[in-house]
Amino acid sequence: MRIFTLLLLLMVIFLVGCDGAWNNPYPAEESEQNILYSSFQERPKHLDPAISYASNEIVFTGQIYEPVVQYHYLKRPYELIPLAGAAMPTVSYFDATGNELAGAGEAVAYTLYEITIQPGIQYQPHPAFVRDGDDYLYHNLSESEQAQVYTLDDLPQNDSRELVADDYIYQIKRLAHPALHSPILGLMSGYIDGLAEYSKELQQAHKSGEWLDLRDYSLSGVERVDRYTYRIKIEGSYPQFVYWLAMPFFAPVPWEADRLYSQPGLIEKNITLDWYPVGTGPFMLTVNNPNLQMVMERNPNFHGESYPTEGEPGDKVAGMLVDAGKPLPFIDKVVFSLEKESIPYWNKFLQGYYDASGISSDSFDQAISFDMSGQMGLGESMQAQGIQLKTTPAGSIFYMGFNMLDPVVGGESERARLLRQAISIAVDYEEFISIFANGRGLAAQGPLPPGIFGYLKGEQGMNPYVYDWVDGQVQRKSIDEAKQLLADAGYPGGRDAETGKPLTIHFDVTASGPDDKAWLNWYRKQFEKLGIQLMVRNTDYNRFREKMTNGNAQLFRWGWNADYPDPENFLFLLYGPNGKVNHSGVNAANYASVEFDALFEKLKNMPNGPARQAVIDETVKLLRHDAPWIWGMYSVSFALYHEWYQNLKRNMMANNTLKYARIDTELREQRRAEWNPPVVWPIALIVLAILLLIAPAFIAYRQREKRVVS
Amino acid sequence: MIAYIIRRLMYVLPILVGVNILTFALFFVVNTPDDMAHMQLGMKHVTEEAVDNWKAERGYDRPLFYNGEQAGLTTLTDTIFFDNSVRLFVFDFGQSDDGRDIGHDISERMWPSLALAIPTLIIGLLVNLTFAMLMAFFRGSYVDLSGVILCVVLMSISGLFYIIGGQWLVSKILHLVPISGYQPGLDAWKFLILPVIIGVIGGIGSGARWYRTIFLEEIARDYVRTARAKGLGEQMVLFRHVLRNALVPILTGVVVVIPLLFMGSLVMESFFGIPGLGSYTIDAIHKQDFAIVRSMVFLGSVLYIVGLILTDISYTLVDPRIRLN
Amino acid sequence: MALLANNRAFILFSGLLLVAVIVAISVPVKWVVLWTDALIFALITVILGSGWLVRNKPYLLAPWRRVLKRRLASAALVVLLSYVLIGLLDSVHFREALPPQVGSSEVHYSPHTLSVLDKLLTPIRIQEEKSYSAPFAIHLFSKESTQREDGTTVREYPRLQYGGAHLEDIQQRQTDITHTLLMASSYSLLAWLLLSALIIWIMAQRYSLSYRQQVERLVRGEMELPWRTLLLTLLAVMLFAFVAMMLGVKYHVFGTDKVGQDVLYQTLKSIRTGLVIGTLTTLIMLPFAVVLGVAAGYFRGWIDDTIQYIYTTLNSIPGVLLIAAAVLIMQAYIAGNPELFETMEERADARLFFLCLILGITSWTGLCRLLRGEALKLRELDYVQAAHAFGVPQHKILSSHIFPNVLHIVLITLVLDFSGLVLAEAVLSYVGIGVDPTMHSWGNMINGARLEMAREPMVWWSLMAAFIFMFILVLAANLFADAVRDAFDPRAQH
Repeated sequence: MRIFTLLLLLMVIFLVGCDGAWNNPYPAEESEQNILYSSFQERPKHLDPAISYASNEIVFTGQIYEPVVQYHYLKRPYELIPLAGAAMPTVSYFDATGNELAGAGEAVAYTLYEITIQPGIQYQPHPAFVRDGDDYLYHNLSESEQAQVYTLDDLPQNDSRELVADDYIYQIKRLAHPALHSPILGLMSGYIDGLAEYSKELQQAHKSGEWLDLRDYSLSGVERVDRYTYRIKIEGSYPQFVYWLAMPFFAPVPWEADRLYSQPGLIEKNITLDWYPVGTGPFMLTVNNPNLQMVMERNPNFHGESYPTEGEPGDKVAGMLVDAGKPLPFIDKVVFSLEKESIPYWNKFLQGYYDASGISSDSFDQAISFDMSGQMGLGESMQAQGIQLKTTPAGSIFYMGFNMLDPVVGGESERARLLRQAISIAVDYEEFISIFANGRGLAAQGPLPPGIFGYLKGEQGMNPYVYDWVDGQVQRKSIDEAKQLLADAGYPGGRDAETGKPLTIHFDVTASGPDDKAWLNWYRKQFEKLGIQLMVRNTDYNRFREKMTNGNAQLFRWGWNADYPDPENFLFLLYGPNGKVNHSGVNAANYASVEFDALFEKLKNMPNGPARQAVIDETVKLLRHDAPWIWGMYSVSFALYHEWYQNLKRNMMANNTLKYARIDTELREQRRAEWNPPVVWPIALIVLAILLLIAPAFIAYRQREKRVVS
Repeated sequence: MIAYIIRRLMYVLPILVGVNILTFALFFVVNTPDDMAHMQLGMKHVTEEAVDNWKAERGYDRPLFYNGEQAGLTTLTDTIFFDNSVRLFVFDFGQSDDGRDIGHDISERMWPSLALAIPTLIIGLLVNLTFAMLMAFFRGSYVDLSGVILCVVLMSISGLFYIIGGQWLVSKILHLVPISGYQPGLDAWKFLILPVIIGVIGGIGSGARWYRTIFLEEIARDYVRTARAKGLGEQMVLFRHVLRNALVPILTGVVVVIPLLFMGSLVMESFFGIPGLGSYTIDAIHKQDFAIVRSMVFLGSVLYIVGLILTDISYTLVDPRIRLN
Repeated sequence: MALLANNRAFILFSGLLLVAVIVAISVPVKWVVLWTDALIFALITVILGSGWLVRNKPYLLAPWRRVLKRRLASAALVVLLSYVLIGLLDSVHFREALPPQVGSSEVHYSPHTLSVLDKLLTPIRIQEEKSYSAPFAIHLFSKESTQREDGTTVREYPRLQYGGAHLEDIQQRQTDITHTLLMASSYSLLAWLLLSALIIWIMAQRYSLSYRQQVERLVRGEMELPWRTLLLTLLAVMLFAFVAMMLGVKYHVFGTDKVGQDVLYQTLKSIRTGLVIGTLTTLIMLPFAVVLGVAAGYFRGWIDDTIQYIYTTLNSIPGVLLIAAAVLIMQAYIAGNPELFETMEERADARLFFLCLILGITSWTGLCRLLRGEALKLRELDYVQAAHAFGVPQHKILSSHIFPNVLHIVLITLVLDFSGLVLAEAVLSYVGIGVDPTMHSWGNMINGARLEMAREPMVWWSLMAAFIFMFILVLAANLFADAVRDAFDPRAQH
């Protein structure tokens, strides 16, 4: 007992000895440093710019690699500006005989993009650049030397070199590397001249375990003009290509790094470009422990960039231009901690240990309140904490697709179309958004989300097959209308008019989480409104994918995030030749309409403008009529951030935004201490209760002892 | 002694082979290499060619058990099974499906697991012993009765409630410790203290009750009566004799679980964000990472068997009457 | 069981069965027997059958009497039986006929499978709100934008569609609840008095005592079995049932979940899942464990070696991983053969069945090893050796000497494993390898609640309801199991 008390006392002393809040998950010495705290939910799988595609990876690659162009941080609609490039790429069009044309049009045989980069940009310090006379110090490590390397830090010397056009060319060649499986190789092979053949050539040349020096193999589609200039040749015209140039797929990769990482002893220990990226960007990855923490620190060789001096109207008032013209980046370090569960993440955010947060649906009530006019704002408790809120359309769509190859719901027959329209009315996405997304979304009117060219607001943008325009607002058609459509389709009351058999629709989902039961039930309720029986077929992702590829699904949920802000990136999800079953493409609904395909091919190459809008309107009208998807919802992206976090503006396209962030560390320190006072008295109470519980026993024991003695 | 251990080890081999064949078959029925490839390559713009490449690179394009294209012994060795299983016997776990070195990951994640499991085990043992002694000492009185009832009540609460409740109360309301996370080194204590306490409380019910039974069995023995007859005080009897003798079954029971401590606690680690082997395993299950799960199964089996052998040995050490033969 | 051991009870039971069959045939529904249903009824038949067989064997009944004599154990039994009753009602499934279609004589059935419990709980089942509401609330838990008549939009807590909808003035809620509570209590007290009177009358007949004497004996606790405790527990159970039902149709006693489903309904539905996992798991693997364990111990030699090899191998694989792998396989099987499982309930049930099977595979080894040890001991006993010497055939020795003497071990394992399995279900569901996410289970409820705990203000009622119901079941099971072990284990009689 005495030892126990002593221990407790020691513990209390120890705890009191720690200054600041007890529940600070970070080391005490970090508190005053200029660090941004963020989290990652899942270990990023790939950091190699040729492979990385997932949004959780681009958080890292975006800060490290610098493509030639970037999205302007503040301006909307999204606008591309040069990053590593000295200017925007120049585009010129040519016909089959090689004559330059005035602009894009039918006659274009190929397009040339000429890109000039800024001179004098240096890479981050990296062992791959260390020279040893004419040779490189670490490029030919012996087997025993390789065996002693466990992390990149075991190669102690670092050096740098200037960024040149060849590095960009090298990366484009890497897209075709047979060992890398770049996810965009298939897509790019259709555009970059000679890439498909190049990929085959490399396949022949590639021997497992040996480094393939891509500089020795030339690719017809890229051409080095001088030290700082290169050209890319695109077959036909592909106006969306310039958007790809803003992604890390087209960032520079120095051949030295590729050479260093090709040594088998290093590959074995994961010392590869996938894990240790090398870039010219404002930050470099210094700690890569995906089990715990990833840390990015300021790149000492960063070429310098300054905060934008102009933005959208209103940015100035919003304080977004306070730092205009100041050198970037503002913070020294970004610490990403592994946080798998949303609850600890949210709580740590409220305690001030994360600087910014998205909002999980279940924490929403506290976060957001609505004023009298229904405008969203922050909840009182959050306002009291000085937390700020920013919202923006996420440029993504979550839809339910019908398998158009299915005999019941699919096909071009009038019957199936009416059925699809009836279901589209019945599935009340407004309710879905309010229950499951807590208002963080817009019910979709068609395939194009807001923020993408072609999206229309108000009555013009309404889907007349599902909604009516009532008193200046869209209103979902009544369920009676849906029932009428269903009856017209030959299923009065959800029963087949001829056989009387109840209509059953299979819904294929991948659900395993605790929250999934709720939405499955909700979907069932929606179909019950029409008397249709919804059979949920739940399976794991692999089986689901298999079903989709074989066309065995009937109804499914899917989503799409924009790669770039162009309607082509959404409409191609419904393009016939992209059909999933027949062409293993991305058109999961297997929608194939000659009319649509023709319209799509037309609008694809058009520049944004009224003419394009007209074609898009026609396309969208056709799609709404055919209803291959229940359009579902456009999600709205929310960001909450603390008052010490400056310059945050949601930008759904740009991925290199950390350089703009500024942190007021003093304020943060102060708030954390205010918000996390340790409460000790319940512990004391528990100890007391235990003592009270044991005391009678102890007394009884003493009495018994006495009895034994006497 | 040494001969015995060697004999036991010989017995271990067929078990490990059996474990391997079983898990291998299980995982390849569930998860064909095609599935794995798609899982790893992501879902945007994946071509069949990329899938084939991925499989070829990891040797998953070969047959499972028998390769008819090869001649002689290589019909058996040039297969997925041979390649993936035989290496395990020298603890070469190979790479996970997303290309990380499993052996390295295991050696790294082992420490947080141990940092959580060892204090939980030791403190839990001490608390349970104290509690059980208390009940045995006051056997038959209200302390004993309420103790036993408390044990049953504690046993009847799902471990998940302890975790959810503890995390909510201590971290969220009282601000005493960080909600989750981990720091390597000495800083780890503030992350571990809550899971350890919860682990100990969760284990009191069954542990203390079991130890109490052992104590009571021991107290009923003749030598205790003799000791009492000698005039030894109750305290002396209990500490000097009963505790000592009861420790034999208790400690040997503990020995079995010691090697398994390496495997970590699945639920606790993922709730508290401790980067140990338990959360490693759970993540692998969720990601359906075949290579990791198979390695963990193998490791778990080896550790279990090591535990059994250790138990046998510890029996002989504490009780010279038992001979190993 | 002891109660059934007389003919009158048997006749009563057969009569009830007959009535049930007649009702079953005459009602216009399509009866559905799920896999687990079939097993549950097999289990019930086995239990009743063995009850019938042992009714006149006092030496076999004696341990059960010892169990029932314990007050805690008999109270636990009453609680357990009421859980079992709910579980059984939830195990009789059917599909209702859809209203006939004009011009078609063929009867079509709803694709949704309901159980008798669903039917009994119909008001609670179908009274679905829009989203969360607190216990006894009459408003939704979160504000919503609603349009007033004058055209302005306000954020307010909307009234629930069902919970407290009968109230004209929200001020009346307190009085209404109190009133309902009193009514329910008096009904349950009345029902309990009638039932007790009947039981006392039967007992008075049996012991040829006057009614008054019998009451006195009972109140003073002079009966052989603790009838006083039994009846009092019954009162508690009935009180709860009446209160829950009468309040449940007017309010959401335990609130509603995210999609507005009544939490009381969910937790009652979860009972069956818990019971099935707790009992069928052991039951499914029982034949293997018994046959292999006894064979290993009795025959020894290579049979012993093989069986030991099998169970050591199985045992050395970490259970969770084996379960994970098996659950994934089974998911693949269900996904690959959708024609076998017509409704969602059938799919979920198939998964539950497989889960029991897998849990069984991972947990039978312990029992098998125990039985092997016991058989090893038994075969050396004199009378077995003697039977051997007299040339009694092996199967006869096994069936008449070895098998009956290991039964108590089987029984003890069965009851001891029960609570552990119920608890395991929750953890497995957390790991994502438990029962189907669409199935009602405490594990799924707890998992859902983890997200709800992060809400502010907190949504605590799902967790609370699951906790209470699960805790009571496991506690009762633990108490009962302790008594069974003490009564049957020859070693533990001190």
